[in-house]
Amino acid sequence: MAERNASSPSGPRRRQLLAAAGPGAAALLAPGAARAGAAVGANASNYPSKVFRQKTEAAALKLMFGKMPEASAAAKLTAPRIAENGAVVPVIVDATLPGVTTVAIIAKENPFAMACAYRLPPGTSPAISSQVKLAKTTDVVAVFESGGKLFSATKNVKVTLGGCG
Amino acid sequence: MAHQILIRAKVAAGSTTVEALVQHPMDSGFIKDKSGKLIPPHYIEVIEFTHNGRIVLTGFWGPAVSKNPFIKFSFKGGKSGDAIGVSWVDNHGETASATARIA
Repeated sequence: MAERNASSPSGPRRRQLLAAAGPGAAALLAPGAARAGAAVGANASNYPSKVFRQKTEAAALKLMFGKMPEASAAAKLTAPRIAENGAVVPVIVDATLPGVTTVAIIAKENPFAMACAYRLPPGTSPAISSQVKLAKTTDVVAVFESGGKLFSATKNVKVTLGGCG
Repeated sequence: MAHQILIRAKVAAGSTTVEALVQHPMDSGFIKDKSGKLIPPHYIEVIEFTHNGRIVLTGFWGPAVSKNPFIKFSFKGGKSGDAIGVSWVDNHGETASATARIA
């Protein structure tokens, strides 16, 4: 059975971090030093914050990969055809491609197109289940990076109740 | 604020499947509270899973990942009793982590 353990930074340290980061969106730009004590390893400073602020799929993909994907039957995306609640839409990606290094999930009509992205070291399966919010009916795109090329699968999800406000 | 992570891992046929339920508001910054004020963005940016200390998955999350998200993935290898770790950092610099043993 799983051991359960929750921790958060002590009060004073968190306040220092917040003070250092400044109000609002500036927190996104918190310098690496402010995060040195974080439990997450070296990848924390690689967070592609700009990618997550692009409004279109093309802009986000260009910034993240520098290229665009081609549709491929080897890329798979499972999502509900109709999502009654856009706040929690289960999305399962998978691919029969060899050596997938990155998976990105994009919701084209969301205020920011990029929903999440995963880096896969060798040995990790490209099959990943997670949950995203969809603002309205949208194409959801799963993008896989394999052998330096990008492959995608697209599925339209009808949203009856938006998840972004 | 307590940030709990429930995590479990099972090995079958040479592959370990990890499931985690992460407690976090994941506020997108687009939703208004009852008084009509926008709730500022507060979401996990990076989540990392390890197997015996080696990274097996790094997730970069944006504000469009659901509240209290669930995530499931698998990797080759792993055996009963091995250590699985998870930790995250959000856009406020808050962090949490948890560990489990592969069942």
